[in-house]
Parts: sequence; C-alpha cells; structure tokens
Amino acid sequence: MTSSLELGPITRALMRNKLGVVLIALQIAFTMTVIVNAIDIIHDRTLKITSPTGMEEDDIFSIRSFGFDSSINAQVLIDEDLDMIRQLPGVVDASRVNAVPASGSGSSSGYAIEPGRRELTVPAAQYSVDEHALNTMGLTLVAGRDFTPEDVRRRTATETRSADQIIVSLALAEEMFPGEGLQAVGRTIYSAEDKPLRIIGIVERLQSPWPNATDWIVERSLMIPDVVIDNSSIYLVRTVPGQRDALMADVEERLAGAGYDRILMNNKSVAQMRTELYRMDTAMARVLYTVIGTLIFITALGIIGLAVFSINKRRKQIGTRRALGATRGGILRYLLVENLLISAAGVLFGAVLTIGFNIFLVRTFDIPRLDWYYAPLGMLVLLLLGQMAALGPAVNASRVAPAQAISPSH
Amino acid sequence: MFLYYVRLSMLSYKRNPVLSTLMVLAVAVGVGAYMVIFTLNYFMGGDPIPQKSGQLFHLQLDYGNPAIPDTSNQPQMAYVDTLALLDAPFAYAHSASSKFMAVLEPSNPDLSPFFVDGRGNTADFFTMFDVPFEFGGGWDRAADDTQQQVIVLSQDLNLRLFGGENSVGRDVELQGIHFTVVGVLDYWEPAPKFFDENNGAFNRAEEAYIPWSLIVGQQLRRSGNTNCWEPPKDSSFESFLNAECAWIQFWVELPTPDDQQIYADYLASYVAQERAAGRMQIPIEKRLFNVREWMAKREVQPDETRILSALAAMLLAVCLLNTVGLLLSKFLGKAAEIGVRQALGAHKGALFRQHVIEAGFLGAIGGVLGLGVASLGLEGVKILMGGERVNNEWMHLDLTVAAITIALAVISTIIAGLYPIWRACNVNPAIHLKAE
Repeated sequence: MTSSLELGPITRALMRNKLGVVLIALQIAFTMTVIVNAIDIIHDRTLKITSPTGMEEDDIFSIRSFGFDSSINAQVLIDEDLDMIRQLPGVVDASRVNAVPASGSGSSSGYAIEPGRRELTVPAAQYSVDEHALNTMGLTLVAGRDFTPEDVRRRTATETRSADQIIVSLALAEEMFPGEGLQAVGRTIYSAEDKPLRIIGIVERLQSPWPNATDWIVERSLMIPDVVIDNSSIYLVRTVPGQRDALMADVEERLAGAGYDRILMNNKSVAQMRTELYRMDTAMARVLYTVIGTLIFITALGIIGLAVFSINKRRKQIGTRRALGATRGGILRYLLVENLLISAAGVLFGAVLTIGFNIFLVRTFDIPRLDWYYAPLGMLVLLLLGQMAALGPAVNASRVAPAQAISPSH
Repeated sequence: MFLYYVRLSMLSYKRNPVLSTLMVLAVAVGVGAYMVIFTLNYFMGGDPIPQKSGQLFHLQLDYGNPAIPDTSNQPQMAYVDTLALLDAPFAYAHSASSKFMAVLEPSNPDLSPFFVDGRGNTADFFTMFDVPFEFGGGWDRAADDTQQQVIVLSQDLNLRLFGGENSVGRDVELQGIHFTVVGVLDYWEPAPKFFDENNGAFNRAEEAYIPWSLIVGQQLRRSGNTNCWEPPKDSSFESFLNAECAWIQFWVELPTPDDQQIYADYLASYVAQERAAGRMQIPIEKRLFNVREWMAKREVQPDETRILSALAAMLLAVCLLNTVGLLLSKFLGKAAEIGVRQALGAHKGALFRQHVIEAGFLGAIGGVLGLGVASLGLEGVKILMGGERVNNEWMHLDLTVAAITIALAVISTIIAGLYPIWRACNVNPAIHLKAE
C-alpha cells in the first residue's frame, strides 16, 4: 500500500479483462453523449417555451366573434361588445386586435428606412389595434407615447389604410436604427407600399404571433392604429389578477346572449395559446427526459451487472487478499478505483463523442452549440454515476471472508 | 433439433432468471424506444400515396422580389398563373386548390351554426389523389367553369350533419350559399398531408370540398398562408387577385417521363414569356417536383424526429452493449455445462447453433416486450402531441413495424451475442470437468 491508489496493479489487472472494460466504457461514452446533448436541447427548448411575449400574460384571454348575418352593422356590434366587456367588474381593459402574440396566426410585412429601397426591407409582425391595445396587453412603454383615440383610423377591408403612426418594439427600433434605441421615436419608416409611418412610441418587448418559428426574429413587431371594420373580430381582454377564468366564461356567455347571429370561437387564455404553440417543444423536452432517465437506469444496471460478474469471478482472489491482510477498506477502494479508471476511459471517449455529435446537431439542425461547461459537467456526473452503481457490489465484495479463499465452491 | 435448443434456452432462462430478465428488459427498452422513433420517421418520412407519388407533380414558379432575397422559393402559386396553367393546352389531370373557412348553418335546428374548415379545389383533385368516396363522387370540369354550387363532405362532417347516411342530393348552407351534396368521402387523412404541406404537413384534411372557382366567385374567407412579394396596388379584391401573392397549391399528373419533359418545356416557355413581361425575375432550375421530392424539399419531416432517431440509435447501442456484457456473464457461467456437453461429444458447430438460438430466444422475448414498450411510447407521444388539429391516427404499430421490431430484437441480440458465444464455444472442457 505504498502507492496510495495502487493504480499500476489495477490497470494491469484490468488489461486482462479488456472486453468487460470496453463494454462499460462504451456504454458510459454513449450515455454521456446522449445525456449532454439532450440536456442542451432541453435547455434550448425551455428558453423558447418560457420566452415572454411582453404582455401581462397571466391575466389575458382572447375570444373571436364571427358574425354571419349580413344585416349586422359591424361597427355598432364591435362598439357594443367592447363597451359591454369593459364595464364588467374585474375587467381592466379590452381591445380589438387583428392578432394575438403567441397565438400562432397573424400577419407580417416588410419595412424599410427609406422609400423605394426594397433591399433594406426588415420583416416585422404587424398588429392592427385600437387605442386600448397597449393597456390591454400590459406592454411596457419605454419611450414616446401611447395611441390616442384621434390616432385610430377606421376603415372597411377594401378601403386603403390611412393610419400613419406606429408603436414599435425596441428590437425592431434597434434593427432599423442601430445604436439609436429609444431615440428612434419621431423617426419614419416606410411600408411595403412606400407609405411613411412615424414612430410615436417604443415598447420594451412585443413578440410576434409565431415566436416558435425558428426562422423568424421573434421580437420584431409593430402596432398600427388601423381598425378594419369587419364581422370577424378578435377581442383581447385583460382582467384583474385571479379573475381571468371566471371572466372567460362570463364574456362568452354575454356575447352569445347579445342577440346577434354569430359564432364565438377560440376563447383561450394566453397560457392555453402558449401550451398549444409550444406543444412540439414541450413534447420534445419530455421525450428527452424519458430518454435520459432510461439511459441512466440501463447504464447503471449494466455497470452493476458487470461489477457483480467480475467480483463473483474473483471471490477467491478477494478472499486470498483478505487472508493476506488486506482490509475491507482496501478491497472497497480497489474496486471503486477500478470502476473509476473504467469510467474515466468512458467519459474521455464520451467527451469526444459528445462534442462530435453536437457539431453534427449544430450543422444539421438549429441546435445551439454546447456551452463550455456541459462536457466537463457531464463527465463528472457520469463518473459519480459509475461510482454509485459500483458501490453496492464493491461493499458486498469487501465483506468476503478470508475463509472463502479456501472454500471449494466457486 | 431446433425445438430441443429452444427447450434448452428455456431451461437456461429459468436457471438464471434475474440475469436473463435483465437482458430481456434491456433489449425490450432499447428496441421499443428505437421503434417509437422508427414509427414516427416511417410515417412522417413515408410516402402518403405510393401508387402514384412518381407521377404527381407539384409546381413551383420563379417567384420572388429580387431586392428581397427572402421572398424567393415560394411554395405556392399566384392567382394569375393558376388561371393560365389551368388553361394549358394539355389533357393532363391538374388540380388547383386552396383553403377557406365558412360558417355552416345546419338545417337541423338541434345543431347550432359552426365553422367549417374547407377546401376549394378543381374537379381532378379527387381522381388525381385517389380520394376514396363512401357515397357519390366529385364533380366534373364543367362544374368548375360554371361555379356550380356543389359540395363534397368528409366522413366526419357527414356524420355530424346527416348521421352518416347517404346525403347525396341534400342541401348544405355555407356562408348563406346553398350547396348540393354530390359526394361523401370515406375516411381520408393522408399523412403527410402532401397536397398542402405548406399549411401544416400533419394537419387534418378539410371537412368540405367545393369548386375552387367559388372561392373567388363568392369571395369566401380564405384561410391558409398567403405570401406577397409585391404589395397589391390597393386594398380591393381585384388588386389582390392580380398581385404577386401566392396562396394556391397546384399539382399536375404526368404519367411518363415524356409527359414530364413536355410539361417542363411548356412551363419554361411560360416563365420566359412572363419574365419578358417583367415578372418572375429570380430564375429557378427545377419547377416540377414529384411527391417524394416535394416532401423532401419542404422538409416535412420535423427536425425533432430526426434528432431523436440519432439519440434512439445510441440508446439501442447502449442496450446492446449491456446485452453483450450480460450474455458474456451468462454464457461463461455455463462453462461447466458446456464442458460436459463437449466432453460427451458435442461439436463446436452444435454448441454454436445452440447458443445462437439461445440468444435469439432471449431477443425474441425482448422483441415481444419491446412491442409493448413501443406502443406505450407511441401512446405517450400521441398524448404529448395532442390530436385536435394534428392528425395522429397514423401513430400506431402496423404489422410491418411489429415484424421489424421482433426481427430487430432477434438479430441485434444474436449480433450482440456473437462474441460471448464464441467465447463459450472455446471453453476448455478439461478444466471444468475437473472443477465439477
């Protein structure tokens, strides 16, 4: 016991059982590759799933009303509906919008900082709203002002848009006027039709309706006070905290009872929209957690199985060592160091595989590169896992009585 | 002899139940997990219309605004080109279609009005895509030209409106317009929804089908994606129709390579003529894509399943490495028995066969359990994905997949067992006879 860890003898003994070592090391390497990359993917998806829309999400729901009686005066209907909703106790504000952030459907268009310069076009999500939208959504205005009732232009679908003032997200302002940020208030951008639009306000954050799309810069959006009078309306409602679910039912009931031929649909809270929008990401994360759990379980079983097997083969040898004066602690340490050496080989190979597989994922799919600490952390975790799995069999082995060295069985 | 070896395998299982069960479970989990992902890939990357996928072609034209690179490579077609190509001087079957939404007011007073997810399509749509009918059929090209108010219902919608009976000839009121039912579809949910992958490759098929010309003729509420690379002149419907906006799926059936060449040439000349007129300034090389090519180009198979298939392959590898180790323990534990058999005159060949069958036996049990793991896994995926908008009925184990699962389990266990078997067959009988 001069060399404290007995690395020399352990290594030489291991070399006699190459296959057992290779089997365990390979399992550890593959397990590490899958686990580390899976956690990277889960982390990426979780960031997506939890990314904020900029709204007071917990207290907001929307409902779509679709009138199908052609005698309905759409403008009257919209005003009646909104007045009714805003007067309900517990409602903070309500607005009619063309699209809801995180709902999955909406419209986008291209904008440029000079007319006629299509090559400068920046795509942005477009919310057509009234003067209640900012308050209803609960957005944070960081520069300029909100829309006033005088800013809002009403028109039918076939009339040309005349609204010429906009509120943009900070991300869009920075994209179009780099370095100006909040100073972009007062600047003018041009629509795809080359119509000037003056920025009167900037909100801190406003996500597009499809923040799950990978090829879309999620926070480039603008609001324009352009209300298209139409039988199809999306009402957005913000309630005081805790009243949302009750008001969702109440509002739908009252709209249905208002005496118009209409269909009410998509009565959903922002939370429900998020669940649907990110369903694939949530599913992916859960599948990956299952894969990780299964792998850890199987690899641990494999380590235990082979440890038990190799210890059983060496019962005589262990008994002999005990008879020659090796302590229980010595046996235990020998077996744990043995496992550590095998695991170390495994995680070293695993680190190479992990990074290789990550490079493949980064190149082939839209997966972020691993942060530097992922691979070392994965190595540490698997070394610990190996030690934990080997601990049971090793403790058992250390209990082998010296007398077993001479027992005839085994 | 085979049955004798199978019996020996069963005895061997009983003698070492824990080790054997661990092995079977490792195979079951590895193969089961792999088959879940395999099934997803098999269907998502599969061919939804194998009998015709080489003859149905999706058209893509040289769209986009040269100043805005992002606008090239449009998957859909603009209205003006659709009209021109529907008029092309060929007898080939062709189909233009697009989605719409409409309020359906049931004549049955017990039902309240509801929204219908519909498709406008030209007459050939049904025959081109082998759409199955339960009652009646589609309409003819004359009905397209004259904007006849006829409608084909999906099986589900027919069940909802008419209790599933033959409703041909009945009246359906959509958006205040009266339609006559001419056909009712049988169950039809192709996955991927190849004829309109652009609007959700795994979304459910529409509930109602009407002549496509009515979407414009009656100015129905269009749904589905619309992409413009030049803004319409003004907000009028007329300007929208004439604008550089793509919103229509266009397919043509070209049975032979000659037909494909003729049509490709025709398209090239059409594009050249439009280019001369100032449109279609971003040239593309390929304008005709058969079903498989189009599914591949549009990457309908989600990244998720492709990533997972790599991960599942590694999971399977870990399980098999495990199996190698466990088989090694098991077979070496049998050294004494092997020694006896050898001493009694068993050839190495016979021992080899015996152990291959034993490994295969364990693999087969693992495979059967793996089927259970796989169907549980698929149910789990179904729950996670939700089935409201997305069609998930294809997510099940069919006979092919079940057979592949068992075969994969047996073959991979035997491969995993080769080295342990080789070691077992090379036991020196003398040592073990002595030890006994």
